[in-house]
Amino acid sequence: MGPLAQPHPPAGNPTDRPTTARLELTGISVAFGGVTALSDVSLTVEPGQVHGLIGPNGAGKTTLFNVACGLVRPTAGTITWQDKALRRLRPDRLAGLGIARTLQGVGLFAGLTVLENVMIGAHRHARAGFLSAVLALPRSDRDEKALRERATESLAALGADGYASRYPGSLPYPVQKRVALARALVAQPELLLLDEPASGLSEEEMHELGDLIRTLSGRMSVLLVEHHMDLVMSVCDRITVLDSGKVIASGTSTEIQADPAVTAAYLGDEVDVEHDAAELGHVPAGATGGAQHG
Amino acid sequence: MQQFVNTTLSGLAQGMVFAAFALALVLIWRSTRIVNFAQGSMAAATTFIALALIQAGWNYWLAFVVALASGFLLGAVLERVIVRRVEGGPELNAVIVTLGLFVAIQAAVAIIFGSSFQSFPSPFGLRGFTVGGTTIALTPTLVYVIVAVVVTMLLLVALFRFTRVGLAMRAAAFGQEVARLLGVRVGRMLTLGWGLAAVVGSLAGILIAGGEFVYPAFMDSLIVFGFVAAVLGGLDSPVGAVVGGLVLGLALSYVSGYVPGGSALVNMAALVILVVVLLVRPGGLFASTAARRA
Repeated sequence: MGPLAQPHPPAGNPTDRPTTARLELTGISVAFGGVTALSDVSLTVEPGQVHGLIGPNGAGKTTLFNVACGLVRPTAGTITWQDKALRRLRPDRLAGLGIARTLQGVGLFAGLTVLENVMIGAHRHARAGFLSAVLALPRSDRDEKALRERATESLAALGADGYASRYPGSLPYPVQKRVALARALVAQPELLLLDEPASGLSEEEMHELGDLIRTLSGRMSVLLVEHHMDLVMSVCDRITVLDSGKVIASGTSTEIQADPAVTAAYLGDEVDVEHDAAELGHVPAGATGGAQHG
Repeated sequence: MQQFVNTTLSGLAQGMVFAAFALALVLIWRSTRIVNFAQGSMAAATTFIALALIQAGWNYWLAFVVALASGFLLGAVLERVIVRRVEGGPELNAVIVTLGLFVAIQAAVAIIFGSSFQSFPSPFGLRGFTVGGTTIALTPTLVYVIVAVVVTMLLLVALFRFTRVGLAMRAAAFGQEVARLLGVRVGRMLTLGWGLAAVVGSLAGILIAGGEFVYPAFMDSLIVFGFVAAVLGGLDSPVGAVVGGLVLGLALSYVSGYVPGGSALVNMAALVILVVVLLVRPGGLFASTAARRA
């Protein structure tokens, strides 16, 4: 229905080439002060696959995500990207490594137009140096034009090119999310880190988003943190489940759905409503019920 | 009539210098959310560098260029070495640091260049043009001041609007973390911002010194007026700074020209204008709410 469903790949990008981008997080532990946020977490995003990261609130999903993009330095463990170990990963190196990230919320620059926001995302592809940019040399001028065109194409691919000259604050939330996604995609990353992309979207928009993510996976690897189970189950090739900073399950969506440990972590122990109701009839309320829900 | 023209002209020139100084404050406020109280003594330092070179027999324009370049260097080094440590911390820390720099630099200027009054040359004449037999207050120096400030402003606008570096600087100013994730070297942008601001501040210093006497504290009154002009414009808006500077320059010129005993009232008038504007429009004349939220 909406434009999200039919994304055109940005022009000039040979999309047939399978990506070789593999991200491996091995034995990651993070402690904040005395609190262990992650302990010995391993996760591999295979090239061209969509990898889901799920878990109850406070499981450490966002922390792991922040480790993957250098915002949080792990106390132990290694990050390997395209077969190279990333030591002392810094956030501003990410773009250069071919990794793009969207943020929870949208994180658009309020004082920049939509087009300018997206242009910043394409930053790493600009070639002219600082000096030629300041002196407005012809090369930097060409650069500037190319950047603008690329940003416009990326917006068009997500059906947001009509908003190019608007400021983000004046746009509805779903449109802002599209712009944020366009900004991540304009860099033509090889790994896309999506942090709760579906939050604040309607059912229909979420389906469009799912379709979009599926079409992206040929061109890039995707690591997806998301609360909406149906989205995760429908788009992810593999899923890792975190609970209390530990990996409790890992596998395909069917394997995950069948895993009792996952259901336990997510829903508490299975609740049999009829059984509970029957029990409530015989036993004084609260005598046994509380322990089961965890 | 003639008095009105003269008062307006001198107000305009004065306003231009206020505007340049306010612009320097706004540049730093936008990128680092710090009010740079040291701006005045930094400008005094570079003005004295220009004066020393001129006294050593250098050409005015060569000294002018060297002074602006040393302004850039001074601003960049101060940011990188000292201010970087208080950026993003409590506001009071930054205020104390820039106040400390203000005193320290002024003392250093006095030690190096002496604290006596010295006359600073003007590259152009100080005699007014003659129109129809009467001499008006428009001197070649005045024209030079106006042209220099206007050109600088246009260059800055071009830098921020039309270059990639300008875009990256704006992005860094609006959201450091996000900009970093998109590959912007935020630290460099902040250093660059301070350097550019110091260039504009130095320009204001040299312009106001032309044809006058200078001493280490000669910029002190300009700090007050420049600050008032910047706040009038909302502290966030370069255009606001320029308009604020012009409004203040004209208003003060009319006060000293028309009100009996007005020249004694100039400082007070500046503060009255500030209070009135803040009462009526607390965000300043040009504050954009979007920028404030960022």
